[in-house]
Amino acid sequence: MSGFLTNLAYIAAAVLFIFGIKMLGSAGTARRGNLLSAVGMLLAVVVTFLEAGLGQAWIWIGLAIGAAIGAVWARVVKMTAMPELVALFNGFGGLASALVAWAEYQSGFVSGGLAATGDYPVFRAGVISIATWIGALTFTGSGIAFGKLSGRLSGKPQALAQQKKVMLLLFGGGILAAVLFLFLRDQAFGYLLFLVVLAAGLTVGVLGTRPIGGGDMPVVIALLNSLSGLAAAGAGFAIENNVLIVAGCLVGCSGLILTVIMCKAMNRKLVAVLFGGFGGTPDGPAVEVDGEMKASNPGDAYYVLEAAHSVAFVPGYGMAVAQAQHVVKELADLLEARGSEVFFAIHPVAGRMPGHMNVLLAEADVPYEQLLEMEAANQRLPTVDVAIVIGANDVVNPAAAEDASSPIYGMPIVEARQARTIYALKRGQGAGFSGLPNQLYFLPQTSMLYGDAKETLSALVKEFQS
Amino acid sequence: MDLVLLLFVFVLAGFLGFELINKVPSQLHTPLMSGSNAISGITVVGAIAAVGLSPSGWGQVLGFLALVLATINVVGGYLVTDRMLGMFRRKDGNGK
Repeated sequence: MSGFLTNLAYIAAAVLFIFGIKMLGSAGTARRGNLLSAVGMLLAVVVTFLEAGLGQAWIWIGLAIGAAIGAVWARVVKMTAMPELVALFNGFGGLASALVAWAEYQSGFVSGGLAATGDYPVFRAGVISIATWIGALTFTGSGIAFGKLSGRLSGKPQALAQQKKVMLLLFGGGILAAVLFLFLRDQAFGYLLFLVVLAAGLTVGVLGTRPIGGGDMPVVIALLNSLSGLAAAGAGFAIENNVLIVAGCLVGCSGLILTVIMCKAMNRKLVAVLFGGFGGTPDGPAVEVDGEMKASNPGDAYYVLEAAHSVAFVPGYGMAVAQAQHVVKELADLLEARGSEVFFAIHPVAGRMPGHMNVLLAEADVPYEQLLEMEAANQRLPTVDVAIVIGANDVVNPAAAEDASSPIYGMPIVEARQARTIYALKRGQGAGFSGLPNQLYFLPQTSMLYGDAKETLSALVKEFQS
Repeated sequence: MDLVLLLFVFVLAGFLGFELINKVPSQLHTPLMSGSNAISGITVVGAIAAVGLSPSGWGQVLGFLALVLATINVVGGYLVTDRMLGMFRRKDGNGK
């Protein structure tokens, strides 16, 4: 009886998740959609708790600890630190799914075999090993991504000398252990095999994420997001729980779509991102760029901006690093007050996670209408007087359109080069994240403003105010 | 529960997932990701069951760890998504 009611509630929760995700897809309804999906989650948790028995002190304690940590974290995090926080939460979800699968296995093991705790013991052994493997790999992969995004680890690709062989060994060993586990699951040796699968998953997560450069992080985060969903679905099969399966699979597939969108935006193949570093161009780009980078200063830039009828900002990861979003908004307001037309040209993979720039600029109260997607921005850029590139590099690099030998050739770019005058804010003269020279900086209409983006922009704002 | 039924549910949910996400404007990618990330914390349901129903002490410990982690994922994920979405506002609106 109670099982029937619980399942009804699970169906309701699943419907709420579906509507929630659907509504997250458009600006007007996104917030309500998120709320709806949270209600679905609450419903699922409450009915499960009722079924397990409300007298269980440890469940209360676990929920309280988790909720407290999550709530505080969500509140104090800076918007610039959002990518790493999402990565971290994602890793927790993955590990939780692996542990749920493990706990299910453990229950079966002490009860004399998986057959004692449910139907289809072989199938369940299979999904237990899959959920554990994916969950473990999501956890450590997200951990490395967190380290790279927060600057605790170097953002440069780091591969082992024998990377491919080691990975093959881990995959092969993991699969072999998992297959043997299907048959030996109820013996002591089977438990050892399970631990091998777990360890293989943890190691693959570390070694698989380390060679991926910071610029490819949007793809990786989206993929890990997808995997955490699949891990939850796997855990759902293990404990024969349909709400886990539905929700996990929804997330798994939507995450996969997002991954593909990110890959398209960079014109990279997913395989190349995961296994390629940067498509096999180790160092020393062959392309020589003619010309010179002209340095300018805020004082000169002020006179140009003052006369500009239209100004486009092209933000990149550098804006996030310098935390310059508020100053940018201030400058944009001053320009608007003087009658200039202002918009922001946002490349889909600018920054370190999908939509990163939008979140930062929204934090600074830049109105949604001023944030243009790449295609819309590119239509307007040829008529723009001044384009201000703030810490963006590869996403405005003309080599992507012109130079067939460039590793980023074919990646769609924000056409900042079409603007009449270009100011590029950059920390120093070095090449960007990918190590590629950027022809944009050498164009005759481009001037460089070196230094911390926030300080440069503050200086510009002062010029306007004085 | 019937295995085939579970697989059926899985496949249908997969198609639904693909359909839902097509055509989301790139402005919303971050909230979408963190929002769906919170949903993947649904594994909290499995954790509760493990803590409450596992016949093994070690199984309950594993369940408890999973419960804490999944709850962080769920609560943190939803709150942070809401915080982000609260910042997206229109020029004339007062979203904050």
